[in-house]
Amino acid sequence: MPSFVIAEKCDGCKGQDRTACMYICPNDLMVLDQEKMKAYNRDPSMCWECQCCVKICPQQAMDVRGYADFIPLGASCTPLRGSEDIMWTVKFRDGSLKRFKFPIRTTEEGSADPLGGFATQDDLNSEALATEPASLGLDAVPTL
Amino acid sequence: MANFETVEVNTDLLILGGGFSACGVATEAAYWAKKNNLKITLVDKAALDRSGAVAMGLSAINQYVGVKDGDNTLEDYVRYVRQDLMGISREDLVYNIARHVDSSVHLFEKWGLKIWLDEDGKYIHEGRWQLMINGESYKILVAEAAKNAIADAGGEIFERVFIVEPLLDGNKCVGAVGFSTREEKFYVFKAKCTVATMGGAVHVFRPRSVGEGFGRSWYPPFNTGSSAYFTIKAGAEMTCQEVRFIPVRFKDAYGPVGAWFLLFKSRAISAVGGEYMTVRKEELNNWAPYGLAKPIPANLRNYLGMLDIDEGLGPLYMETAEAMGKIADAYKEDPKGYKKKLKELESEAWEDFLDMTISQAHLWAAMNVKPEEKHSEIAACEPYFIGSHSGASGAWVSGPEDLDTPYKWGFNNMTTVDGLFAAGDASGASSHKFSSGSHAEGRITGKAAIKYIVEKGAAPNVDAAVVEDLKAKILAPLDTYQEFCNITTEPSVNPNYILWRPFMDRMQKIMDEYAGGVTAAFKTSKPNLERAMELFVYLQEDAEKLAAEGIYELERCWENRHRMAQAEAHVRTMLFRDETRWPGYYFRADTPTMDEENWHCFANCRRDPATGEWEMSKKDIWNIPGV
Repeated sequence: MPSFVIAEKCDGCKGQDRTACMYICPNDLMVLDQEKMKAYNRDPSMCWECQCCVKICPQQAMDVRGYADFIPLGASCTPLRGSEDIMWTVKFRDGSLKRFKFPIRTTEEGSADPLGGFATQDDLNSEALATEPASLGLDAVPTL
Repeated sequence: MANFETVEVNTDLLILGGGFSACGVATEAAYWAKKNNLKITLVDKAALDRSGAVAMGLSAINQYVGVKDGDNTLEDYVRYVRQDLMGISREDLVYNIARHVDSSVHLFEKWGLKIWLDEDGKYIHEGRWQLMINGESYKILVAEAAKNAIADAGGEIFERVFIVEPLLDGNKCVGAVGFSTREEKFYVFKAKCTVATMGGAVHVFRPRSVGEGFGRSWYPPFNTGSSAYFTIKAGAEMTCQEVRFIPVRFKDAYGPVGAWFLLFKSRAISAVGGEYMTVRKEELNNWAPYGLAKPIPANLRNYLGMLDIDEGLGPLYMETAEAMGKIADAYKEDPKGYKKKLKELESEAWEDFLDMTISQAHLWAAMNVKPEEKHSEIAACEPYFIGSHSGASGAWVSGPEDLDTPYKWGFNNMTTVDGLFAAGDASGASSHKFSSGSHAEGRITGKAAIKYIVEKGAAPNVDAAVVEDLKAKILAPLDTYQEFCNITTEPSVNPNYILWRPFMDRMQKIMDEYAGGVTAAFKTSKPNLERAMELFVYLQEDAEKLAAEGIYELERCWENRHRMAQAEAHVRTMLFRDETRWPGYYFRADTPTMDEENWHCFANCRRDPATGEWEMSKKDIWNIPGV
């Protein structure tokens, strides 16, 4: 089944013209059923199990059931992605659990400065890129 | 004809794609575009936050040279790539990317990527060139910088627009056309300069899992050969189209093995316990000089494992328990320290999967795998086209101006088509750029593209009649479906058309069985490749009868026509190169040895857009003097 939508939890992103899962799926698989107001994965066999939909769902209405071709039933890897960290709950087939927490970024969301605060240069004809050589930590861009 | 509104967008620079190289192009080009009052437009078939190969995240940065700290030299990197690709690499491009890649990594860190540091504040390496990261949001950060750069320069981003074809004015690219995957709109982008950064190709070959697990390719299924199709259709010369990549990974879920090999020093063995890298060491003599130098090329490591499989010695296993046991031994006198170390290693091992291949964590959990107790199976994946990794397929692009090479005809990373540039998986023979190097190559290309516009940029000359023809051709599968779908009671089976999935299945069957896929044990030969070419003729003809019920199916139809171009270039080039050079990627059983005298060269190809004829050529290898 790869990614699936839990019928009870999905609210179709409250009637907006697109759902979060539909917005984010890199393979264009999620669709909103306008009648039921629930999203669904239209082609599970094209799903990469990247969980981008699971991570972004505001209702935590999505999960993954591992590919039936080779993943036995009963396990799950459930993410809870915040603004700084991601928490994972890994449930084993035998019922045991592992929990992990990993940082996802060190800066505030939206704050990435394309030039990184490095000194810039203005010579369109040189091999040095906008922030170089400063962003290289060198005095000049190396050449042969 | 399907009633799609035509939307025309005029821009100076057109960036096609949304992955790491596209974001690199945008970030750098925006800076120069703003200074020169130029407009940049980026078109992504998905959402920039999670598009491209790094959509899921990554657990390592695979290219960092460390020049500022004197860890390695650029020449070291050039030697490493030359060796891994059996002597076939554009050393000018590899050098160029290597000299800029560290600055991409330093930028990522500023943007908020958590790169692991030791007590002295130095990057923690997984291997000589690899850095450990907490990379769940790696793509989001890189996309964020690109978005901010584009906004600052007054540029525009189109998401969910799928680019299908180039717009040409003779041997010049003047833009691209495609359609929205969300509404009935046909897009015409007219540009002074176009950059192809639409990734590599997956699902050209039939994957190992063909049921629900069909989508579990190692490289993502949304890399559909769009770069190859676009550059080939524009008439660009292509290089290394035979150099596919086959990674050996944990079997089926394709989880990364890098941490186990490099960090935990794990061994890989056959079912009878032999370590194929040791048992079959003699075989490496047949692939000298590349087989005899360190590190042993990825394809030769694959090959030694494949020889075990051929002899019935499979499955192959990664000795995780033994590796963890060795680490435990080192802490014999310190049980407390061991417990701490084990917890640390366990967390690293699971994060490696959860950051970039969640399915692998899922598989281990579903099989109650405890890596410290039991080994895990590894296997060769199906072949992929990924010029950014240890494959090399892509367009033949102009090299850096300051190096004295035979590969210069204008601007950095411009293809042989005027005004068409390529980077990342779209540019060839510059392997081992990975995420960071693809971003750096994108930056190089972004600056060069703006330089091109400033020096040569002319208003694009687009023939309106050609655009109308392209619109009709691109939307034709919708018309075909509507015309015939009511003839049968079940629309998926119809004598007048073929749907995308069975079309794809047929292409994959040809590639798998004749062109050295999994079921052919990665072996092929001239007669097999010629048979594939015969079967392609029918497939090409039937491609005109593809039918699509709606926009989603239309997208899949065109993705598969894109894959088809990659498939054809691949088969033609394997036919052309009369030797076996990368035995662990494909084995030409009729020419089973490496022929340095005749084939120590690039195998290039070009399809003439006017006639549809293909021309094959050899190109000389230039080595950096003294390296």
